[in-house]
Amino acid sequence: MSTATEHPEETEHTAHTEGHEAEHNGLSDKQYIYVALILAALTAIEVSTYYVDFGPFFMPTLFILMTVKFVTVVSYFMHLKFDNKLFTYLFYSGLILAICVYCGFLATFKFFLQKG
Amino acid sequence: MFLGSECLLFGGLISTYMLYKGRVNAGPQPDQIFDIPFTSVSSFILLMSSLTMVLAVSAAQRKDERNMNLWLVVTALLGATFVGGQVYEFTSFYREGLGFTTSLFGSSFYTLTGFHGVHVSVGIIMLMALVGMNRNKRIPGDRAEVVELIGLYWHFVDIVWIIIFTLVYLIPS
Repeated sequence: MSTATEHPEETEHTAHTEGHEAEHNGLSDKQYIYVALILAALTAIEVSTYYVDFGPFFMPTLFILMTVKFVTVVSYFMHLKFDNKLFTYLFYSGLILAICVYCGFLATFKFFLQKG
Repeated sequence: MFLGSECLLFGGLISTYMLYKGRVNAGPQPDQIFDIPFTSVSSFILLMSSLTMVLAVSAAQRKDERNMNLWLVVTALLGATFVGGQVYEFTSFYREGLGFTTSLFGSSFYTLTGFHGVHVSVGIIMLMALVGMNRNKRIPGDRAEVVELIGLYWHFVDIVWIIIFTLVYLIPS
C-alpha cells in the first residue's frame, strides 16, 4: 500500500479511497461538480434579473444570490465547512466587522442617502 | 493574513467604486457600455475555474499526479480566457470613449476591475509555475498542501469577482 504512490496503479487505488478521503478533506469530485452546477444555476438567476423585471425584489434577490454564492464557494471549495469551527468564527466575525467598517465609511459620504 | 489583507484592499476599491459610479461628468454612463451577456459568460468561466481548481486539490490529496497537472492547466486556461475577455472589454470601453481619466466612474471602474485582472494573472503564473515545479519534482514539503494554498488564493479571486459582478455590473447606477 505504501508503494502504490510510485506506480501507475495508484490512480486505481486512489479512486477506491476517494470516498474515504472525501470524508476527511471535503467532498468527492462528483459532489464538487454538483456544487458547481448549483453555482452556475444561481449565476443564471442573477443574470436573469437584468432581463426580467423583479420589481421591489430586484435588489434583495441580487444580494441574497451574491451572499449564497459567496458562502457556497467559501464553505465547499475553500473547505471552511470541513475545517475547525474556530476558522469559521474567525472568518465570518472578521468579514462582518469589515462590512460594518465599510458601511460606516460609505455612510460618512452620505452614500446611502444619495441612493435613497 | 495575506488573504485578509487582500480582502481589505478589495473592500476599499469596491467602496470607492460604489461612491464614484454615479459621477459621470464626461464619457458614457455605466449602463451605456456594460455588455452583460459577455460579462456573464466571463463570470461563468471564472466560476468553473474554481471547480477545476478544487478538482486539482482533490487529485493532489489522492496523490493522483496526472489529473492534478491536468486540472491545474485547465484552471490556468480558464483564467487566461477570463483575462482575455477583460482585455477585450477594456479595449471596447476605451473605443466607446471611457478612458482611465474620462470620469471618476472610469477611474474607479478600471482600478477595481484592473486590480482583479492582475490578481487573476498572478494566479495563472502561480498555477503554471506549480505545474512546472511538479514536473521537475521541485515542490518542497507536502505537495497537496502547496496546491491547496494556491487553490485558496484562486477561490479568493473568484469570490471577489462574485461581489464585483453583482455590485458593478448587475446593479445599475
